Amino acid sequence: MSILVGNETRVLVQGITGREGSFHTRQMLEYGTRVVAGVTPGKDGQRVEGVPVFDTVGEAVRATGANVSAIYVPPRFAPDALYEAADAGIPLLVCITEGIPVLDMIRVCRYLEIKGVRLIGPNSPGLISPGKAKVGIMPGHIHKPGPIGVISRSGTLTYEVVWALTSRGLGQSTCIGLGGDPVIGSSFTDILSLLQEDSETEAIVLIGEIGGKDEERAAAYIRARMSKPVVAFIAGLTAPPEKRMGHAGAIISGGQGSAQEKIAALKEASVHIAAHPEEIPDLLKS
Amino acid sequence: MQGHELEGQGNSLKLQEYQAKKIVALYGIPLPEGEIVATPQDARRVAARLGGKVVIKAQVPVGGRDKAGGIALVDGPDAAEAAARYILGMQIKGLVVRELLVEEAVAVAQELYLGLVVDRGSRRIVMMASAEGGVDIEEVARRAPTSLVRVSLDPFLGLRPYQIRELAAGIGLPPSLFTAFSALAQGLYDCFPASDATLVEINPLAVTQAGQLIALDAKILLDDNAFYRHPDWAALSDEHQDDPREREAREAGLSYVKLDGEIGCMVNGAGLAMATMDIIQHHGGRPANFLDIGGGARAERVAAALRIILADENVRAVLINIFGGLTRCDEVARGILSVLSEIQPRVPIIVRLVGTNEEEGQRILARANVTIAESLAGAAQKAVKAVRGVLKAGLP
Repeated sequence: MSILVGNETRVLVQGITGREGSFHTRQMLEYGTRVVAGVTPGKDGQRVEGVPVFDTVGEAVRATGANVSAIYVPPRFAPDALYEAADAGIPLLVCITEGIPVLDMIRVCRYLEIKGVRLIGPNSPGLISPGKAKVGIMPGHIHKPGPIGVISRSGTLTYEVVWALTSRGLGQSTCIGLGGDPVIGSSFTDILSLLQEDSETEAIVLIGEIGGKDEERAAAYIRARMSKPVVAFIAGLTAPPEKRMGHAGAIISGGQGSAQEKIAALKEASVHIAAHPEEIPDLLKS
Repeated sequence: MQGHELEGQGNSLKLQEYQAKKIVALYGIPLPEGEIVATPQDARRVAARLGGKVVIKAQVPVGGRDKAGGIALVDGPDAAEAAARYILGMQIKGLVVRELLVEEAVAVAQELYLGLVVDRGSRRIVMMASAEGGVDIEEVARRAPTSLVRVSLDPFLGLRPYQIRELAAGIGLPPSLFTAFSALAQGLYDCFPASDATLVEINPLAVTQAGQLIALDAKILLDDNAFYRHPDWAALSDEHQDDPREREAREAGLSYVKLDGEIGCMVNGAGLAMATMDIIQHHGGRPANFLDIGGGARAERVAAALRIILADENVRAVLINIFGGLTRCDEVARGILSVLSEIQPRVPIIVRLVGTNEEEGQRILARANVTIAESLAGAAQKAVKAVRGVLKAGLP
């Protein structure tokens, strides 16, 4: 199976004529993803890598039946792109954009919740179901189809983990980057529930980092609801308090959000904790 | 905080107290009369104008000013001048005091807390009140969580009158103060989205002996990402308050945080950068910094990063860990090489390159004086070993 994206995925790229949008459209096509349409206001009728460009998401959806939108729009226009995609009836939005103001995201998340639209990101590398579809910016070739579901708040750290899995013969069902911002559309728990239900996923790798309490909520969920084994790595054991570690959401603030607390909560839920990324395959095999 | 994750310091510009007070004043928040000064003479002048007792407050955007001796309650212009002379130039948590807020002293009957903050878990703004103001609110949340009352705000509804009543009831506010409290809460809420804040806090919110509400302190954090729609913010940031190396890094497009270990790190991506720091510690070393070169860095940015790391005197070895995706290993290698051609590094450099254009990157570095590592664990072990070697050899 895999989750959220697969063989039935028809991708729309918002911001397709931009530098990032056009580059990653090519990469997604090369991976074999069906990219069916692009949107850039004022560029209707153009083509990018052979993909037709429309002025509005509504037109693009009517013409092509796109069912996932990948958003590569600059931060100040991204909220509008998200509202537009939701109103055009696209059920899954993947927002790559980094730097959207947090109050904008609070409104967007509330609106999408009311509309019943799922959002991955923002500030996300996207998601991939290896061998089927890639929606985002991750290097496709490091992945391989298989039974491991991967959920992460990071980008390159996820690639590192995925590469460690692939190198040891462990393929992946779906790999998802939730995004490095403090306010994001989908949580660990949202995705864990999907992976638990997915028939192809046999085990799950959870990659967390300092900041917030999402890993703690995931731990509570795992304890109560999950039967599949979970292995976790939490980055930021050495991070000092009150300093932002690159990601807007990666900060130990007011004495909470530390890696130690997250690891303790996950251990209590019988999650195996890897000391470093390259140890994850060993824990999955044991 | 109990049940909530408060996005405070995240991507934020932290204002000085007087700047925060200027903003909340626009929304009708009652404040003591006062003035910002930079010299003892001006402190005297303002104290004379205000008359009676005044409070002299160091303007540095960190907590614990009182404990550090940065706040003084004095009587009269002479005492104000003397206190100002003592506090100006003082260092509080590494920041030099350059400005003082001189305010009329208020006779306080009770200290409350009122604040708004972004809560990550619920993806909402929450408003919080407590009858135990005047102390760090996180401490109140730990020590007496029930004394902290919260309401969660729907972004499309804002703060509703019933929520203000819930807060007032929750902290046992006397009915005589409700009208003033209600106006204050509404004003504080209006200020939040209009300012693109991630935190607005009045602590303490004083009930005076005359039975009025007045904001004795104000704290505001602004969301860096909203800078583009607030051109006036440029005047608010204070360059004196930054670590010079962190500022230099920011200008080069790098995300850098100085730490106190001896292994300098350069990594692409924040999560991987943290994981690299962690694995150094796992193998017995200590990271000298966090440094994320970002996605798709060109050779120039890589070179700037390496120069910043090598400028840190505590650094005894450098670990460069790149997982190429957007970032190309050959660009990284060229950046490293360009620095090595200008300066003779005094410490060993360990490089691990994986991903996009990996072979080309390694070919470029083949002639350079660096150690190549295959795995992340291997790279960390080599760096730790190199530090021990450097220390043993008694090099600087």
